[in-house]
This record gives sequence, C-alpha cells and structure tokens, in this order.
Amino acid sequence: MVELFFGYLAGAVVVLSLLVVFSRNAVHSVLWMLLMFLHMAGLYLLLNAEFLAATQVIVYAGAILVLFLFVIMLLNITEEMRLEQFTVGWPMGVSVSLGVLIAMLAALSGFRTDLKGPWSIEAVERTTHTKALGKVLYTEYMLPFEIASLVLLVAIVGAVYLAKKRLR
Amino acid sequence: MEINIQPLVPEIIMAVLALLLLLLELFVRRKETVGLLCIASVTVAAYYMPQSFGKAFGGMFISDGYSVFFKFLFFINLILTVLLSIRYIVIERVNHGEYYALMMLSTLGMMIMASAGDLIVLYLGLELMALSTYILAGFIRHDIRSNEAALKYFLLGAFSSAILLYGITMIYGRTGTTGIALIGAALAEGTVDPVLLLSVTALLVALGFKIALAPFHMWAPDAYEGAPTSVTAFMSVGPKAAGFAALGRVFLTGFGPLTGEWSVILIVLSVLTMAVGNILAIQQQNIKRMLAYSSVAHAGYAVIGVIAAGAEGLSSMMNYLFIYALMNIGAFAVVITLRSEGFQGESLHDYKGLSRTHPVAAAVMLVFMFSLTGIPPTAGFIGKFYIFKAAVAAGYAWLAVVAVVFSVISAFFYLRVVMYMYMHEPEGEPLTLSLSPAIGLALLITTVMVLIVGIYPSPFLAFARIAAG
Amino acid sequence: MPVVLFLLIAAAFGLGALMMGGLFRLRRPYPEKLMPYESGIDPVGEPRQRFSVRFYVIAMLFVVFDVEAVFMYPWAVVFDRIGLYAFVEMLIFIFVLLVGYLYAWKKEAFRWE
Repeated sequence: MVELFFGYLAGAVVVLSLLVVFSRNAVHSVLWMLLMFLHMAGLYLLLNAEFLAATQVIVYAGAILVLFLFVIMLLNITEEMRLEQFTVGWPMGVSVSLGVLIAMLAALSGFRTDLKGPWSIEAVERTTHTKALGKVLYTEYMLPFEIASLVLLVAIVGAVYLAKKRLR
Repeated sequence: MEINIQPLVPEIIMAVLALLLLLLELFVRRKETVGLLCIASVTVAAYYMPQSFGKAFGGMFISDGYSVFFKFLFFINLILTVLLSIRYIVIERVNHGEYYALMMLSTLGMMIMASAGDLIVLYLGLELMALSTYILAGFIRHDIRSNEAALKYFLLGAFSSAILLYGITMIYGRTGTTGIALIGAALAEGTVDPVLLLSVTALLVALGFKIALAPFHMWAPDAYEGAPTSVTAFMSVGPKAAGFAALGRVFLTGFGPLTGEWSVILIVLSVLTMAVGNILAIQQQNIKRMLAYSSVAHAGYAVIGVIAAGAEGLSSMMNYLFIYALMNIGAFAVVITLRSEGFQGESLHDYKGLSRTHPVAAAVMLVFMFSLTGIPPTAGFIGKFYIFKAAVAAGYAWLAVVAVVFSVISAFFYLRVVMYMYMHEPEGEPLTLSLSPAIGLALLITTVMVLIVGIYPSPFLAFARIAAG
Repeated sequence: MPVVLFLLIAAAFGLGALMMGGLFRLRRPYPEKLMPYESGIDPVGEPRQRFSVRFYVIAMLFVVFDVEAVFMYPWAVVFDRIGLYAFVEMLIFIFVLLVGYLYAWKKEAFRWE
C-alpha cells in the first residue's frame, strides 16, 4: 500500500516537473508547480514528516508560488510565449542533466539504508515529527536558527531596497 | 544545557552593530557617519577576537587560529572597501546607509563560514554572505548594468547553493552527520563509494562557484564589471577568501581521508582556472573586466595551496589571500579614483599618460600591477613564491612550473596598464581624480602594506603559519 | 489510513461530479457562447495585465514573515520542555526580524503609494 502511494507520488512529481519545464505559458508552469509541490508534501507525509508537509503547503504552495505568479505578471512575457525557442543553450543543458543523471545512477549503489542515528523512524514516530524537529532545532541547532533570522532580515532589506518604487 | 558563547563574541558584536547601523540608516541624514561607524564597529569586534578562541554549540562553531586569520582578513577587506565607498557611492548617487549594514552582514556571513564546524552552519553563513552581496552588486538601482550583475550573480549563486545542499544531503545520508570533524572520522574508517565521490564533487562545484574556479567562473566577469566598483573590490576578495576558508576546512578536515580523490579534480580545475583567467584577461579593454579575469586567475594560484595541503600548503594559501586582498583592493581603489561625475573611467585607454597628469596615482597603480604580476620586491612575489614552494614540497613541482608560466603570461596584461600609463601621451580631456581623505588612506594602507610585505615578509608569514597550526 | 480514505473519497466526489455533468449536459457551442463573459460586452485585449511592482514587495515581505511564523510551530510544541532557553532564542529571532519590520515600515514599504 505504501509502495503504491510512493509510486504514485514519485511518478506524479516527475511528470509534473516535466510539465513545469515544458509548458510554454509561464502561468501554466507555475500552476503545474503548485500541483507538484502538493505531491511533494504527500511524499513528506509518507516519511512521517507531517510538519515538513505542512510547511511545504504553507510556505511553498501558499507564499512562494504567489510570489512567482506576481513576478510573471510583472514581466508579462507574452512575446516569448510565441517564440519558437528562446534559449539556445539547450544541448548543453540536456547533456549536463544527462551527465548528472548518469552520475546519480552510478552513485545509487552507494546509498545505504542501514545507518541509524539517534532519530530513527521509531524514535520520530514515538515523539511525533514536529516535536522531534522542535527539540533538535531549538537545542542542538540553535545557532543555525539564529543565523536564519539574519538571512531573513537581509531578504527584507533586499526586497525593500531593490524593488521599492520610490526610496525615501 | 550549557551554552558557551565566548567564541561567538565577535560575531555577536558584528550582528548587533549591523542591526544598529540598519536602524541608524533610518534616522541619520549624513550617511557618511554610518560608514565611519561601520569601521568603528569592526574595530570593536576585532578587539574581542583574541579572547574568542574555543568551540561552541557542540563543535558547530570553531574559533581557532585558522578562522581568526580569515576573520582579520575579512575585517581588512571591510575597512578598506568602506574607505573606498564613502565618496564613490555619492558619485554613483546611491548614498544609502543600507550599503554599510549589508557589508557588515556579508562580512558576518563570511566569519560564520570561516568558523563553521558544521555543514549546516557553513551553508547558512554562505547564504548570509551571498544574499547580502547580491544586493550590494545591484546597489545602483538606476543602472541597468548593476541590475544585470546582481541578477547573474544571484542566479548562479542560487544554483551553486542548491548544489551545495545536494552535496550536504548526500554526505549526511552516507555518514549520518553534518559535523565536519565527525564526517572526517566517519570517512576514515569507511570505504570510498560513488555516493561519497558525488557529494565531494557537489561540494567542490558549489565552492568552486563561490571562488570562481574555471568552468564555474562565467558569472564573475559580468558580475564584477556591472557591480559598483567598490562592491567589486569587496566581493572579489571577501566571498572568495570565505570560499577558500570553507574549502580548506571542509576538504582538509572533513574529506581528509579522500584527499587522493579530490586533489586530482582540484589540480585540473586549478590549471584550467589559471589558463582561462590569464588568457582571457589579455583581450579585455575594460579594466574592471580585466581585473575580474585576473581575480579568477589568482584563485587558481591560491588553490594550489589547498592541493599542497598540510600546514605549509594552508598557510601559503592564507598568506596568498591576505596579499591578494591588499593588492586587489588597492588596484580597485585606483580604478575608483578615476570615476567622477559624468566620467566612467573604466576603459584601459583612460590610463594613457596617467603618469604625466597624475604621477602619484600612476606610481601607486604601478606598484599594484607589479604585485599582481608577482614581481619583487612587492608582496605579490612573496605570495606566489610561498605557494610554489609549498607545491614543490608536496611533490607538485610540475604544477608550480605551470603556474609560473601563467604568471609570465599575466605580465602581459598587467604591464600593459603600466605601459599605457608611462609610455603613452594623455588622450582627450585631462582626467580629474575624485579623491577623498578616506580613499587616500585606503591607497596609503594598501601601497605601504604591499611594499612592506614584499620587503620584510617574515612576521606575516609567521602569523599565517601559526594560524594554520 | 483514514486520511487516505478521506482523500480518495474527496477526489472521487469532485471528479465524479464533474464527469457526471459532462455526461448528461447538452453541448451546442457557437462562437458567442465560447466567448469569455464580460458583463455582456465583447472582451477587449489580453486577459493578462501587468502587475505593479508594488505587489512584489508586499509578496516578498509576506514570504519572509510567513517563514518566520513557520518557525514558531515546532517552537510552540516543545516550549514546555525546553523552557527559558527556547523563550530567549525565539526572542532574539523575533527581535532581529523586528528590526527588519521597522526598516520596512520606516521605508514605507507597507504604504500603497
């Protein structure tokens, strides 16, 4: 049953990603991406990571995609949609991604599932994912958490400084 | 739960003061004050640096000689570029206080990178540094070239961050930890498998983007050319040195057991970088673009220090970066003085006959060009000499020979600037240099330091040597 | 498992309703009927309009504060166990973003000019 769901979600993510890349209309791309993000959230749910799934929906599907849509509407790329092809570098792109794919397939043999840290599946299931995450994030990973606030601050400054129409 | 924040004191000071500067920007009319306060805050942070040795957060944050050396380098970079900026950003009509706050935050990111004992901390430090620098690159909002620079820098930077994260997840999946020292311990007993190689490659590519190693340098010329010149000086030194700090720590400590594997890749990249940087610099007519390719080439030399490994290799790399910071910022300082209202001053032809019209500026530029080439008695020679010495000692004599050959090629474009300045008649209207006490001070510091390190290097070498452990 | 069942039923209901409609409704298209409805007036120009850059600033700020809020969920869940440390941590985190908020406010990023 779990395998079936995983198969569906993983397959859907791949197909939807392809649709994102190949859609001519950028708005369609974003909408396909929305669907893809929801399927990703499903994958996180399968991993018992319900907080991550919720975050995926709230932040990515809820906020970041809205931002994407705004930017697309901002640019209003209608001419490009009618062009045959507006990037010339695609053979390079295809060969690089094929290379990465081959490297990934070659690396597949090295992946191991027997490694167990303090947060094994059972341990996470016992404490529930959100609690486990909170425990680690706010004790062990306190420093990265505080640095993240500075990163977000820079994002605010950047957005206001670069995109504000009239700067006071 | 015991929290020891002693090692983090300089970072905390930097963070608090950066926030203060940002708030000050909102209320202070004269933005020069913000710039001067920025320099003052760096001095405060530097004052607390010697007491900061130790580890914090379970080894996630390490303050040792290595990181302290790099942090002093970042401070020198910040102080010098702020000195360059005070007048320059007025000329560019972007005299805003955010500029200094972002430089502080970017430097804070670099400090975190140099001290990172954990890949997650490293990533966040890198992101803090990079994000601030993207904004700085696009700081001239009304200039389309600045916008382009920021966009290119951002896109490739974001791409490299993604690759970095990919590498981190794989190494986490393989070793079960993100601690750099723990990774080293885990790898020491295990065998080499494709996943490890893939993650090592991913980290190498990501850091290669940051320090602009050859196939990943494409963003550098465009970003360096379009960004405000003071920011170009800042980002051609700071983020590059931070990238090297991370490279040294991750690859020598974390991936130490895999040295045989990654050094091969790094050697190829190093040769390619020196070739691409030096050969493409020859064709450039824009001095900022030329210096961008030159900075790519210098990364190629410095990487030899990492390849040579060991205390000697590391210290030669650190030493080289220190010298590179001085001479590169100095060269950009001269470029900035040529920029005045209504005059770009970025073409090589603008340097024609500079020795007649402004002999002091020409002489200073001469020192920096000699130093960048590596001609004694300037610091550049010392830097290269110790890199090559470390390479020979580590058994890479042929690599040192290749680097010497490329240094000779580099003489062509560095000395062309000198030739333009001294052997050509001035063309067109006479130049007016936009000088200020601050930029004069920056030029004085860099020139004097380049000469002092060139003539009497031993204290600086000793400092790098002790710092490398 | 109940979640899965719920999802399946929800999906089946939604799709089923649409398909049933498709099966039974009459289909007699003509040009006027296929035209988008614009209060009885023939539509003019492209439906997509350029948005103002003002939306972008607001959306960006929204994303940042959205992420900030997301950090608070796991914090709230474990707050009782970690106690004071967690409180101070979150205070610092919020303070840093408060500086950003003040900055955005003072720069009138929230004002629709």
